[in-house]
Order: sequence, then structure tokens, then C-alpha cells
Amino acid sequence: MKIDRRDFLKLAGIGTAVFASGLGGLDHLTKRALAAEEDFFFLQLSDTHWGFTGPAVNPDSTGTLKKTVEAVNQLRMQPDFIMFTGDLTHVTDDDKDRRKRLSEFREIISTLKVKNIRFMPGEHDAGLDEGEAFKEFFGKTHYVFDHKGVHFIILDNVSDPTSTVGEDQLAWLSADLKQQDKNSRIVVFTHRPLFDLYPDWDWFTRDGAKAIKLLMPYSNVTVFYGHIHQEQHNNTGHIPHHAAKGLMFPLPAPGSVPVKNPIPWDANQPYRGLGFRGVEAKIKETRYAISEFSVRGEKL
Amino acid sequence: MKSIKSRLLIYGVMAAFILISIDAYIIAAENEQVIQITAKKFEYSPKEITLKKGVPVALEFTSLDRLHGFNCPGLKIRMDIRPGKVNTLRFVPDKTGTFPFHCDNFCGSGHEGMRGTITVTE
Repeated sequence: MKIDRRDFLKLAGIGTAVFASGLGGLDHLTKRALAAEEDFFFLQLSDTHWGFTGPAVNPDSTGTLKKTVEAVNQLRMQPDFIMFTGDLTHVTDDDKDRRKRLSEFREIISTLKVKNIRFMPGEHDAGLDEGEAFKEFFGKTHYVFDHKGVHFIILDNVSDPTSTVGEDQLAWLSADLKQQDKNSRIVVFTHRPLFDLYPDWDWFTRDGAKAIKLLMPYSNVTVFYGHIHQEQHNNTGHIPHHAAKGLMFPLPAPGSVPVKNPIPWDANQPYRGLGFRGVEAKIKETRYAISEFSVRGEKL
Repeated sequence: MKSIKSRLLIYGVMAAFILISIDAYIIAAENEQVIQITAKKFEYSPKEITLKKGVPVALEFTSLDRLHGFNCPGLKIRMDIRPGKVNTLRFVPDKTGTFPFHCDNFCGSGHEGMRGTITVTE
């Protein structure tokens, strides 16, 4: 089954997770003001790891991204934009290879019908050169943009190999947030989880608590991230954090095994554990409806 | 006069405290086990370390190439291993068992496999 605009508009129905944005305390007038903008949806694609090879984990490592692009292009109504939340490429210790992989990735996703595409790095893209190669291809590693009444913030917690956001970027975040109303709709994209999901596996951001502290005064913040190659939903206070599946190999649940290794390919269920995410911003109801889709575009 | 006596008493207590601290440090230093560990892409050497419970230890890390990390969650110890210097981590193992450690500063294609274990015996 392919997804289309109508599917997304039904996201609040059966089989779809709907996440309230924590606006219960807002008065009616404020809600009405927020409702002035229109509903929209976007896609989150994550952890494509272009350049990875490992037949036991993904024998279709050169085809998975292309299949995903085809699935997205099959949408009868295209999303407003697509957000890639990092690890576009798999790490290589060679600077030339890194650029080659970034170039190949860019070439493949250039066939997406949607041209409003946003990018951020993962540690595989940016951890060895502090984002130098990534910036050559995709620009800044942290930035903001606004779309139909929602303020989007892209935070870089990977270019510093110590898994930190860093004081400079925290100051930048603080300055940006000061320009926002406390009830503004804010979506934050990160690669790593900002909170301590499972520090033993490096599934955290060393100074993530500082970023969360800056976000806490804002009543309507939602974080979408990647890195852990599986769907996860957690909260820090009133702020929900949603992790997306990857598009190369799935990883085990936090702490479920002694060593974090990719989950082997299952020939009986190819591409299991891989996929992408649709997010519908329901402005009037001030909530996000999230749906998960397989590599082939089947609604899960 | 009373004030001078009070001050002398305070100085005396402080001096005694410092002497005791120095003494304790010397005793600890004498008992301290020093282990030198090199870190490079993508391994520690040695990667298996055995310690005695209750005996102070100094892990002296040297990186042979780039920034690495050392994180042993089971013993709640970690440190950045920066190149160009000896990075010393002092602690006293307070429990027995085998505790995995890993590099927690992303260092490249073999980062996920840069691991080792500390075994603490009675």
C-alpha cells in the first residue's frame, strides 16, 4: 500500500500514534491564534548510512535508499518537506571517500520529487572532520527555519566527537528561543537523543540536559531524532522525543543485549526494522500524528 | 591574647590535617597500582586489565593518534584520552566482577569495536 495525502489526513485514526503537544493549558484564544496556519505533513528519513557494506546485515545496501526514494515518490500528494536526521553516509576514515559518499548520496536523493529537503549530519558524516565535508555539500550543521507557523530548530550534537552540543551552540539556541513566544510551536531535530536514553551505548548527548533546560520554558516543543535505528518515544517533562527507524540496518533495543551490534538480515522478512516516518502537524488540534512506513512505502 | 591562642589552635589543627593528608597520600601512592594503556584506532593495549578490590589504581592513558575516550559504566569511571599527553585516571575499585569499557569519543570506522574489560578480584 502506498501512502498519499489522504492517508496522512487519516493519521489520527486506527494504527497511528498521535502525540499531544502539551498545549492543554492554553486558553481558547491562544489555540485559535495557533490555528491560523494550515495543517501540513513532512517526512523524517534517517540513518541511510550510504557506503555501508555488510551482506549479513543488509544484502541490499546499495538498493535500500533507492527503493525508499521510489516509495516516497509514489506519494500521490507529496509532503511539504523531507528532513534527513543524520548519518546520511557510513563512516570512512578517508576524507576523499567521505566526500565521494556524500556526493553519491546527494545524487540518489536528487531524484526525489520533493525539492524542499533539509539535512543535518550524524557522527558518521561529521564526527571525524567536525562537519567540514558535510558543510561543503549540505551547508550549515545547525540552523532554524519556519514553516506554516512551526519553528524548526536543527541542533548539531555530532560534529564535536565528544557528543556535545557545545557552549557556542547553546548560546545560539538560547538567543533563538528568546525570540519565540512561550506558546510557539517548536520542533527540534537532532541526530543523537538529547536525553540519557542509554549512555552505556552512547545513546545520549553529554550536555543534552543544558539544551533541554533551555527548551523547558516553552510549552509546545517536540523533538525528533535518529541515531538509534529504531522507533522510540520518550518524554523529558512535557517534551516528547521521537526516534525514527534507520534505512540501512536496525539496532537492538537499549540494553537488551550485552553488545550493540546491528540486527542480522532476516531473509523471511527483508528490510524488517527499516523504514521512514510521516509526521502530520495538526495545527488546529495542536498535535502531531506520526506514522511509520516500510522501505517500500507500506504503512506499518 | 585569647584570639592568638585560638588562631594557634586553628593553625595547629590545619597543620595536623595537612600532615595526615600527606601521610595518607604517600601510603596510597606506595600501594597504588599504575597501569599504562595506549589507545589508537581502534584498540586499547592492554585491553584486558585485572585489578584488586580496594587497591588504589592509576590508569595512565596515552593516545597514539587522535582523541579517544575511556568509559567503564560498571565502575562509573570515564575520561577523555587526548593525544600529546598522559591522561591519568585514579580510582579505587570498590566491587569485584568483570566490567566492559569502550571508547566513547567517536573515532572512526572501528569505533564500535574499540572495547576492553576490567576484571576486579578480591
